[in-house]
Amino acid sequence: MRGGSVRTRWRAFARSSALLATFLLIAIAWASTAPIEAASRDELFEIPAGTWARRMAGEKIDILPDTIRLTLGINDVLLLRNLDDVPQVFGPALIMPGQSFRLPFEVASTYSFACTAHAKGAMNVIVDDTPARGWPTLRWRARHWLQRSS
Amino acid sequence: MTLFRVAARVGVSLLLGAAAAVAAAPPSGFKAGVFEPARPAPEFALRGSDGSELTLARYRGKVVLMSFGFTNCAAVCPITLATLAQARGALGAAADDVQVVFVTVDPERDAAPRLKTYLAAFDNSFVGATGTPEALAAMRKSYGVVARKVPMVDGYAMDHTSSVFLVDREGKLRALMPYGREARDFVHDVKLLLAK
Repeated sequence: MRGGSVRTRWRAFARSSALLATFLLIAIAWASTAPIEAASRDELFEIPAGTWARRMAGEKIDILPDTIRLTLGINDVLLLRNLDDVPQVFGPALIMPGQSFRLPFEVASTYSFACTAHAKGAMNVIVDDTPARGWPTLRWRARHWLQRSS
Repeated sequence: MTLFRVAARVGVSLLLGAAAAVAAAPPSGFKAGVFEPARPAPEFALRGSDGSELTLARYRGKVVLMSFGFTNCAAVCPITLATLAQARGALGAAADDVQVVFVTVDPERDAAPRLKTYLAAFDNSFVGATGTPEALAAMRKSYGVVARKVPMVDGYAMDHTSSVFLVDREGKLRALMPYGREARDFVHDVKLLLAK
């Protein structure tokens, strides 16, 4: 009686594990072969309202990283938005209050822009090629997922 | 809930999560970086390489491609100007509605006659702009342009913003083309601006 119950549970466990493993394999196969498409190709960075006032008060605020990484065909449009109430040099452009600057990239390369908002006086945008199917696609998805999770 | 059902739910969630990506939105129609909304390009009054006063308003009705640089520049400026000349050539008759303005960041060396001679090597229609250091600095500030002197063994060079500003027929600052883009990208965007 007791032996039968253990066997039944073990069978259920094995069946569930097999099912989960199957789903995992399907997910991995999909993640490594399906084309990467995003809801938007915009990589958005915003200057929040009040940034200038906070900077004037001595606060150190970094909004744009020194290096931005984009991928062709996936997130290849740099979108900078100034929500503050004063003009701001933001990456490659002087952006007025309430204005956006949308810069698309079509060639994989490293782009350097003079930017007074950065301590080094420059900002780099590294644009990678669209990852090939298989391992590069899977790696891109994993990296992207980790970046979004952190 | 049985283990089987839990596994099934987890599996379906995994698949749904993986399939969460949806159709990508198409990028902007411009090759250059676009300002949204477009605002009037800052006005200026400088000395033109043709000897007259140079203002932006003078070219209302034309698309203006404005670049910043200096005639002693060894690499960036000649490439940018050659690209703009190539783009103008590719535009054919429409090139009459396009004006290239080259604003010096080195007024010490770039007097109007020197600018005129230098620009003629690329395209006779190109116009240079110079002025007092103060006037040029104010103009650069209004466009967010950076320029600084870099000492060299045989004098100095200028480190400066290398993007090209695109101003539409109404005098609005519409876009910014980063350095290194090809002539066909300028042709593409100028055609868009001329069509509107």
